[in-house]
Amino acid sequence: MNETAQAETGFFAEEMTISVGPQHPSTHGVLRFVVKTDGEVINEAIPDVGYLHRSIEKIGEKVTYHGYVPYTDRADYLAAMFANQAFCLAAEKLAKTEVTRRGEFCRVIACELNRIASHLISVGTFGQDIGAMTPFVHALRERETINNLMEEICGARLTYNYIRIGGVGYDILPETCTKIVEFLDHFEPIVDEFNRLLSGNKIFIERLAGVAVVTKEEAFSYNLVGPNLRGSGVKWDIRRDIPYSIYPELEFDVPIGTAHVGKLGDSFDRFWVRIREMQESCKILRQCLKMMPKGPAIAKVPRKFRPPAGECYARVEAPRGDMGFYVVSDGSEYPYRVRIRTGSFTAMAIIDKLSKGIMLADLIALIGSLDVDAPEIDR
Amino acid sequence: MDAKDIYAALEKQFPGKVSEFKGEILEPYLSVDGASIVEVCRYLRDSAGLNFAVLSDLTALDWPKEEKIQVVYHLFSYSHNHQIVLKVDLPRANPKIATVEGVWKVANWFEREVYDLFGVIFEGHSDLRRIMLPEDWVGYPLRKDYVEEEEYDGISTQRAPLVEKLLR
Repeated sequence: MNETAQAETGFFAEEMTISVGPQHPSTHGVLRFVVKTDGEVINEAIPDVGYLHRSIEKIGEKVTYHGYVPYTDRADYLAAMFANQAFCLAAEKLAKTEVTRRGEFCRVIACELNRIASHLISVGTFGQDIGAMTPFVHALRERETINNLMEEICGARLTYNYIRIGGVGYDILPETCTKIVEFLDHFEPIVDEFNRLLSGNKIFIERLAGVAVVTKEEAFSYNLVGPNLRGSGVKWDIRRDIPYSIYPELEFDVPIGTAHVGKLGDSFDRFWVRIREMQESCKILRQCLKMMPKGPAIAKVPRKFRPPAGECYARVEAPRGDMGFYVVSDGSEYPYRVRIRTGSFTAMAIIDKLSKGIMLADLIALIGSLDVDAPEIDR
Repeated sequence: MDAKDIYAALEKQFPGKVSEFKGEILEPYLSVDGASIVEVCRYLRDSAGLNFAVLSDLTALDWPKEEKIQVVYHLFSYSHNHQIVLKVDLPRANPKIATVEGVWKVANWFEREVYDLFGVIFEGHSDLRRIMLPEDWVGYPLRKDYVEEEEYDGISTQRAPLVEKLLR
């Protein structure tokens, strides 16, 4: 309690230290905040990470390039496909390996399905965090269908190991393509239903509008990426601006924060960007399924994969933003160093700053709106 | 602007402080003198035409044979859509460099991670603590010569091979 308030009320309250997490339901995975509060108001929230540190970067120095792909899945298990792709892009750039055209399409289809699944988890749990239980169940029901599709495509539901150097592990069958179209026909109206249920809900909006505003300058300085950056009004998407794979051939929009309920860059804007990105992913999927050529799904890549000495930094637009793999090769079978740069890590760095002066309940909204994912922070 | 022009601009501004530019390789980088890293970074961020508004990544590479640790900065500019890689060589025995936290806020966390896993000291850093590993951890795991301690806090870190485990 500050001094003026003390003088006025005659009450005295000491600063309280609370540990939020590591097993708090809103901390998604395991991360912890040491929160110093004055009643309900936060003076400081210090993030404590590292509970899920599995030294994936060090493992990269001990296994071959092909053998490392399954490990990249674990970097962010809600969006494993993107880590697969980023690593393969880096390895392909180093060795100048060509990817087959059908392989590129399979990659994009798998990635965009994965993006929808990841955003569904994000928006669903976000609602749950701040008290809306029903939308979570609706979101997970849809995600379940995507998991089934993924199982058909690559045999796994979460950690896919689908994208390989030179292409993809298995071709997408015509039956699966039909099922994906069926899913899209079903899913697109569901987004509107979801908006009626959650995004347009007055209580939900009141909880988020104007909370934890991130300005454009802050977003740059803290290197926020992906939907968090776009929520602050920056129209930037790696798929559009540093194109890779077949994205230049596809038409899609890059949604940014609209500030239609609060301020630009508030928690609602970040949430709203994700909802619209799911719709864009549907558009991309429909185009891909129409344009998909015939041919081999993977190029002939030597088993002993030895890229020449050199280094390379590959970025992809993952659901949590710019995911970068910095791979250094010394010409041997094993990478000399693999560095994984993730969106959640930088998003966590800003929480300390944003949490000053907000209510304890808003901290939960803030964490949810940044969509931080513990495995991706710790790697 | 491509890497060559950025190099030329830096060479003009900081003669003798940037070096070792190779344009033909896959990803061009510049070597920067460790003592002037903060000025170089601030110049790259603020001068018109460069505008490196973000520090995309900050990490390190360990080269035991050359007795050096390289700190690697990946900078990116949204307004011009260009990037550059800066490298600073530090002696492996005593790696110390000034923090760039004052230029980009995110450097705070990146530098903590590099300190945690490589043991590079960032001078002037506001909160240089371990980030991934516990405070009482011994050693810097991403160094090439790192050997895991046999136990941590009374918990064994040694694992029997899987086959042995199954036969037991």
